[in-house]
Formats: sequence, C-alpha cells, structure tokens
Amino acid sequence: MMERLTGAERQIALIICVVMAIVGLVMAAAGHGDPMGSHGAIVLIAAGITTFFVLRAIGEPEPAEDRTVDYYDDPTKAGLVIALFWAVVGMGMGVWVAAQLAWPDLRIDAAWSSFGRIRPVHTSGVIFGFGGNALIATSYHVMQRTSRARLAGHVSPWFVLLGFNLFCIIAASGYLMGVTQSKEYAEPEWYADIWLVIVWVVYFVLYIRTLARRNEPHIYVANWYYLAFILVVAILHIVNNLAVPASLTGAKSYSAFAGVQDAMTQWWYGHNAVAFFLTAGFLGMLYYFLPKRAERPIYSYRLSILSFWGIVFFYIWAGSHHLHYTALPQWVQTLGMTFSVMLLVPSWASAGNALMTLNGAWHKVRDDATLRFMMVAAVFYGLSTFEGSFMAVRAVNSLSHYTDWTVGHVHAGAMGWVALITFGSIYSVVPLLWKRETMYSWKLVEWHFWLALAGTVIYVFAMWNSGIIQGLMWRTYTDSGTLAYSFTDTLVAMHPYYVARACGGALFLTGAILAAYNVYMTIRHAPEKRPERDYPTSSEAVEPAVPAAE
Amino acid sequence: MDLTHDLTSVIAKSFGLFYLIALSVGITVYAYWPSLGKRFDKAANSILDDEDGPCR
Repeated sequence: MMERLTGAERQIALIICVVMAIVGLVMAAAGHGDPMGSHGAIVLIAAGITTFFVLRAIGEPEPAEDRTVDYYDDPTKAGLVIALFWAVVGMGMGVWVAAQLAWPDLRIDAAWSSFGRIRPVHTSGVIFGFGGNALIATSYHVMQRTSRARLAGHVSPWFVLLGFNLFCIIAASGYLMGVTQSKEYAEPEWYADIWLVIVWVVYFVLYIRTLARRNEPHIYVANWYYLAFILVVAILHIVNNLAVPASLTGAKSYSAFAGVQDAMTQWWYGHNAVAFFLTAGFLGMLYYFLPKRAERPIYSYRLSILSFWGIVFFYIWAGSHHLHYTALPQWVQTLGMTFSVMLLVPSWASAGNALMTLNGAWHKVRDDATLRFMMVAAVFYGLSTFEGSFMAVRAVNSLSHYTDWTVGHVHAGAMGWVALITFGSIYSVVPLLWKRETMYSWKLVEWHFWLALAGTVIYVFAMWNSGIIQGLMWRTYTDSGTLAYSFTDTLVAMHPYYVARACGGALFLTGAILAAYNVYMTIRHAPEKRPERDYPTSSEAVEPAVPAAE
Repeated sequence: MDLTHDLTSVIAKSFGLFYLIALSVGITVYAYWPSLGKRFDKAANSILDDEDGPCR
C-alpha cells in the first residue's frame, strides 16, 4: 500500500518511523526494569515493522495514478480490518472475563490473568480497539464522500491510524503488566496519554483540512457528529489525564486533582466518553450509512441539526449522575440528573429520525440483514438512552448503582447500539471499497445478525435480573435493623445470571468471528464488480474518453 | 478573586441557565430558517450518490 505514496511522502513516513524508533529506544533504556521499559521495546518493534514496509516501497517508481479522480481509501480499508481484529480480541476477552465470574477457576492463577487486569483489556479492546478503529476508518470514508474531496494528505491518515493502534497496544499490554492510573476508560499512564494527544491533534487537523477542500456548500450532518467526537474527546482526554509522573523513567503518575474533584473530573470524562466516543461518532455513522443503505434521504434533516446540538450541550453536564450519594455537592448531583433526563429528547429525536427514514422501506429491512443491523441499532439506541435517563434519577440510582444493572445498561448500548451500527456499516462499505459485487456470504451476515441480537438480549436480560436482585438484597433489612443478606448470599443468587451472561457474550463473539471471516473471504474470493460509474477523464488520463467498441 | 464553590454555583445557576436558553433558541431558529430548507434538502440527498469520485 506504501507504493501509492509519492517519493517525498515515503521520505516523510521514513523520518517519522526513525523518530519513533529513537523514542522507543530512549524509553526502553530509561525505563529499564519498569513497565515503561517494556513499552519502549514495543514502540521500537512497532517502528521497526513500519520502517520495513516503508523501506520496501522506497525504491519503487513514483505512483502513476491521477489523484484528482479518486478517493484515497487504503487507510479506510486497513482500519476496517484492524477494527475486526480488535473486535474478536476485545469480545473474546469479554467472554473470558464473564466466564471468570461464573467459574472462578478460569482465572488460571497468574498475575496477568486476574479479573482486574483483563477486564480493562476487554473494555479498552472493544471501545478503543474495535470502536475507535471503526470510527477512524469510517470517518475517512464519510469525510471524503460528503465533501467530494480526497483526503488532505496521504501520510497523516496512516499516522493517525497506526499511531492510534500503537496507543491501544501500549494500553492493553500495560494492563496485563499492572500499569493503570485507576480511572475508568482512562487507565493508560502518562506517556501513552501524551502520545494519544499528538495522534488526536493530527486527526483533527486532517479532518478540518479535508473539509476545507470540500465541494459542497453545506457540511453534511454526519461530519458534525464525527467532528464533535474528535474535538470533545481531545478536550476530555487532556483534562482528565492531567497528572504528574512520579519519575520520568517510570510509568507511575499522580492525578493533578484530589478527592471529590478528581471523582468529578473522572466522571465528567467518563460519561462524555460514552457521549462523544460511543454516541456522537457512531451517530455520524448512522446518519451516513443508514440513509445510504436504505437509499432514502434522512427523514428530517432539520431534526438532525436540533438533536446534534441538544446532544452536544446536554451530555457535557450529565457526568455527575455517576456520583449520587457521594461527597459531591447535592446541587451538582441534581444538575447531572436533570440534564440526563433532558437528554432523552435529542436522543429519541435521533433514534426516531432513523426509524422514520426507514418508514416506507420496511421491505428492505426485512430482506437486507445489513440494513436490519442498523435498524435494530437505532432501536437499541432509543432503549438504552431511555434506560440511562431513568437510571440517572437519584431514587432509581439508589437501587441500580454498583449493581449489574449498570453493566447491563452499558452492554445494551455497546452491543445493541454501537456494535450493531458498526457491523451494519462494515457490511455496507466493504463490498464498495474492495469493489466486490456483494459480501462473500449473505447467509453469514444473516447468521451474524441473529447471533448478535440473541446474544445482546440474553446478556441484557441476565444483567437486569442479576442487578435488581443484587440491589434489592443489599437494601433488605431484618426486623432488628440488620442487613438480611451477606455479600456472599448475593453472589450465590447472581450465579445463574452470570452463566447466562457468559453464554450471551459467547453468542455475540461468535457473530463477530463470522463477520471477520466473511470480510476476509469477501476481500479474497468474492467476484469483482465492474464499475458502473462514469470516470471523469482528464487529458492525461490513461482511459480514452470514448470507450473502444466491445 | 478566589474561585470558590459559592461563586461557581452562582455562575452555573445564572449565566449557565441563560446561555443554554440562548443557544437553544439560536439553534432552533437556524434549523427552521425557511430559506435554508433548500440547502438542507440538497445536503440530505447529496449522500445518496457520491461514489463518482472527488471534485478535487
């Protein structure tokens, strides 16, 4: 793929690789004996592999293609394949974590395999590895199409994609070594955080520069969602990760905030990671791929603008609902609760807009599993945002907080909404990007759909039951005013649901494996599609303006 | 002036309220501004056929 870069671009890529290798070497040397040293070695290896691919192309002739006639889709393709790899890894870890809770012997007695270490590998693997790569890849696709402009740069999209994956690998390997700053969804330590800021700024600049080249007067709404995702995640990430390293040669750092301020900053970050990483970006996907697949424009474009600003300005205040009944001032808790309830309006506006777009095309939903993925994703989006608003109410939260109900809610969102819209988008975009007629097997898509839906429903119902039983047992008192149940009693009561949850997760994982196989076979074996479109031809173009007689 | 809890709560309860109201009014006016309708329709339809390559 590096052959499509010009000579000058290959040189820039090589310089970046060499700088990375030096950074890795310094980290490995300075952090010797600390997990930071191992991370230095990982950076060095990653730089070495990338250097190999660049060097292999460096002597090749300049690319002959005319860059003005086509979109640049190589990074998108790579990103989608990487996202599917992370889906299998992240969801596989999830099934293992769930199975550990049901059958504790599966912990296999090593330090790295303990629940506290592999759980963040699951969460980060799915959210950042699978979700993040899918967002980056589809954003490259959408920004070019909606702007009718080629990506503004050929090295920077690769830098963002590969740099982000280096971050993911450093994060996941760090968790296994015990590196964490104990902030949910922000576990990686300071050097990984700094690296992500660099990658993210390049991503933002790339997006803005591509939009600046656009040939449409209006920026299509999907781009607004993707941009909100990039911009707000950058702000959240920088503020929440403000920390002082204990030493420049070690991984350990201390947060710049203390006590309840630290908790508030963390949940301002944490809930907006849900809002802007797991919602805004994927709404961008929804607003592009759902109308496209249904071959109908979005039901109400005006409503999509209203719900965009509603989501952006309400979500940012909602984080304090994670801290009900804590040392956080009561009015801040109430503020978070109120905004969470108000959020239902823009959230349902988006879900309703998606479903109304399909109104009149239900036969397509019936026949096309890819579109059905997106339809069910919109339904789960509506369900889980309703549930979220409900759980943010203080009285409900007193029952649900710290129980499996929260876990069920997160998975209704992550599996039912985020993963399904992503799989739907992948199935609709893969044949297009690799110029195939269809996916390799529509039956496998159909199998994947039902496995994913069954897995999600089993998972969510198991966690609702488990969480509510757990919450009720925790708050049941005897006549003499003591707690009626011990903690162990609650665990015994939850065990059957833990088994059911592991089974639901396994079904979902099976679906993801089918997706990875199907995409691989599509790339390798599906019949090629002859392009139907007219290629714009310039005087230098190789093709004749009038095709030769056949 | 110190950034005390009292001060921040007063700002949140006064300015915070009014700027959100102003924003929501402004956005609603923008979204429903009659002359923008054609532009929005064009944008909504523009994605349905966008595989014919970039213009630049």
